[in-house]
Amino acid sequence: MHPNIETPLRLLVVDDEAPARRRLCEVLEDCSHQLPLQVVGESDNGVDALETAQRERLDALLLDIRMPGMDGIEVAQHLQKLHRPPAVIFTTAYDNYACQAFEVNAVDYLMKPVRAERLVAALGKARNLTQSTLDALRQAHPKARTHLSLSEKGKLRLVPVEDILYLKAELKYITVKTVEREYLLEESLVKLESEFGDRFLRIHRNCLVGKDLVEQVGKLSGSEDGHFVRLRGLDEALPVSRRQYSQLREFFR
Amino acid sequence: MMQSKNHNNQPGVLPNFCHLGTSLRVIIAVEAGAIFAALAGATGLQDGFLVFSEWSALIQPALLITLLTLCLASPLARRLDYTGGMTVFFSVGTAVPAIAAALFTWLLPDADLLSPAQTLAFSALASGTLTGYLHLRGKALSPAVTEARLQALQARIRPHFLFNSLNAVLSLVRSDPRRAEHALEDLSELFRALMRENRDLVPLQDELDLTKAYLGLEQLRLGDRLSVDWHIDKMPSDALIPPLVIQPLVENAVYHGIEPHREPGQISLNIYRSGDTVHVVIRNPYAESGSHHAGNKLALGNIRERLALHFDLDATLKSELMGAVYQVHISLPYTRAPKHRNPVAPARRG
Repeated sequence: MHPNIETPLRLLVVDDEAPARRRLCEVLEDCSHQLPLQVVGESDNGVDALETAQRERLDALLLDIRMPGMDGIEVAQHLQKLHRPPAVIFTTAYDNYACQAFEVNAVDYLMKPVRAERLVAALGKARNLTQSTLDALRQAHPKARTHLSLSEKGKLRLVPVEDILYLKAELKYITVKTVEREYLLEESLVKLESEFGDRFLRIHRNCLVGKDLVEQVGKLSGSEDGHFVRLRGLDEALPVSRRQYSQLREFFR
Repeated sequence: MMQSKNHNNQPGVLPNFCHLGTSLRVIIAVEAGAIFAALAGATGLQDGFLVFSEWSALIQPALLITLLTLCLASPLARRLDYTGGMTVFFSVGTAVPAIAAALFTWLLPDADLLSPAQTLAFSALASGTLTGYLHLRGKALSPAVTEARLQALQARIRPHFLFNSLNAVLSLVRSDPRRAEHALEDLSELFRALMRENRDLVPLQDELDLTKAYLGLEQLRLGDRLSVDWHIDKMPSDALIPPLVIQPLVENAVYHGIEPHREPGQISLNIYRSGDTVHVVIRNPYAESGSHHAGNKLALGNIRERLALHFDLDATLKSELMGAVYQVHISLPYTRAPKHRNPVAPARRG
């Protein structure tokens, strides 16, 4: 038996279904007699959960995997950008592939409906996720992220993928351009291209642009075979490499 | 049909000439026979087709009259045993074309027609072949065989739905026990329907009750995200349909149209009758991003096959994407349920 003098675990419950959150809170309350804990808040979506995780000091998230928009695995990915990422315990009603991946990678997860004993056990050993584990989970549940995340001055910044005009590789970083501003991201352009192939189009060795935003493909004046594209919402024109031009033409045929 | 459950040597089921599928098969077979005969007796290909088109002009009206007579004779044939019924069909199929041919000879004395004796021989041959074919076909579709196929096609519930629903019910047990009771009742009704041997047609009202029970459970966990627009005031409640046709389609609509989206969405369900056809139209919002697609085709294929086993070509299932709305439209023949509520024999195809 623990002497109940340790500080209680600070928890966040994340699930898109209200009854599921309520049920989990009830069971957590039952557990609180065995294990000091405190539910800091509830979120019905991933973005809100990440905001809470920044604002509050959290020890662990109880995180539903399948949610509309940003799913649980993506939330866990973005959490890693926080200064001190909280532990994650995934919850799911039924996900064959994900559960296999959890077992293989020794990730804590709970099947809904959740039993109090299991919950106590999971909270007792909840730990942080590693990047390689997250990659493995993502593979078992392939889905493009809804947001890109980066940390700016110690703060987590989420950039909705649908707001991105272009992604440009520059030296060490990738410039992420939205209508409002630019962000610097530490990822690989090749990986981004394969993850977001539906949304972005390569126009240059170092540049991907939003497919639906292309307004004009034109020829540079005063050059033999230089071309450019113009994007909706962007003043400057972006150069198109010779190699990508033929593919671009193919796409807009 | 009840006693026929596990026998394979039972007499087949009498073909139903009032069904489109059966009529179509007969027409195609007879025309194929005619084109074969015309080509065999002709001097060249062109000549053969010429002869065939001349024959068709006479064969088709005769054939249509025959099919009409067969459809009208069906109630009589059904009152006899299987052999008796087939004999009636064979006799009608032989005699009516011969009578029609005699009539044409009388109406068009100048035309170069087959003699009544020739026609009689032709129609006896065609009728005999077709009765034989339909006999074999009826055997292949005998209740035992059809039942096995129907059972393999039984609709299955998504495990995800089951566990999420149980979780939602548990969440009510402490705060709202009455609602929890009601939800468990819905859940058991749904599972009773899923575990039943679903080979018999059921009244539309039963299927609708089941769909409502299902939607009640979804509403419990999805809350405001799910709204349903019912257009069922013109629904023929007594129409017979295969069980678990509407519920799985509505489940699909929730799974693909509501669950993946954060914004609330509406499912619309429109059931009505026009003439002898019952229409079921289900719509759900569609957004390219986030929809999970696997499984949808499977469910549609399953339902399509079950409709075919019950109604052959008389039932159709069409699915189409209309902008931001996905629609499934089923039409099936209107058959009325008897007043008492015993299980009803499925209308077998012909």
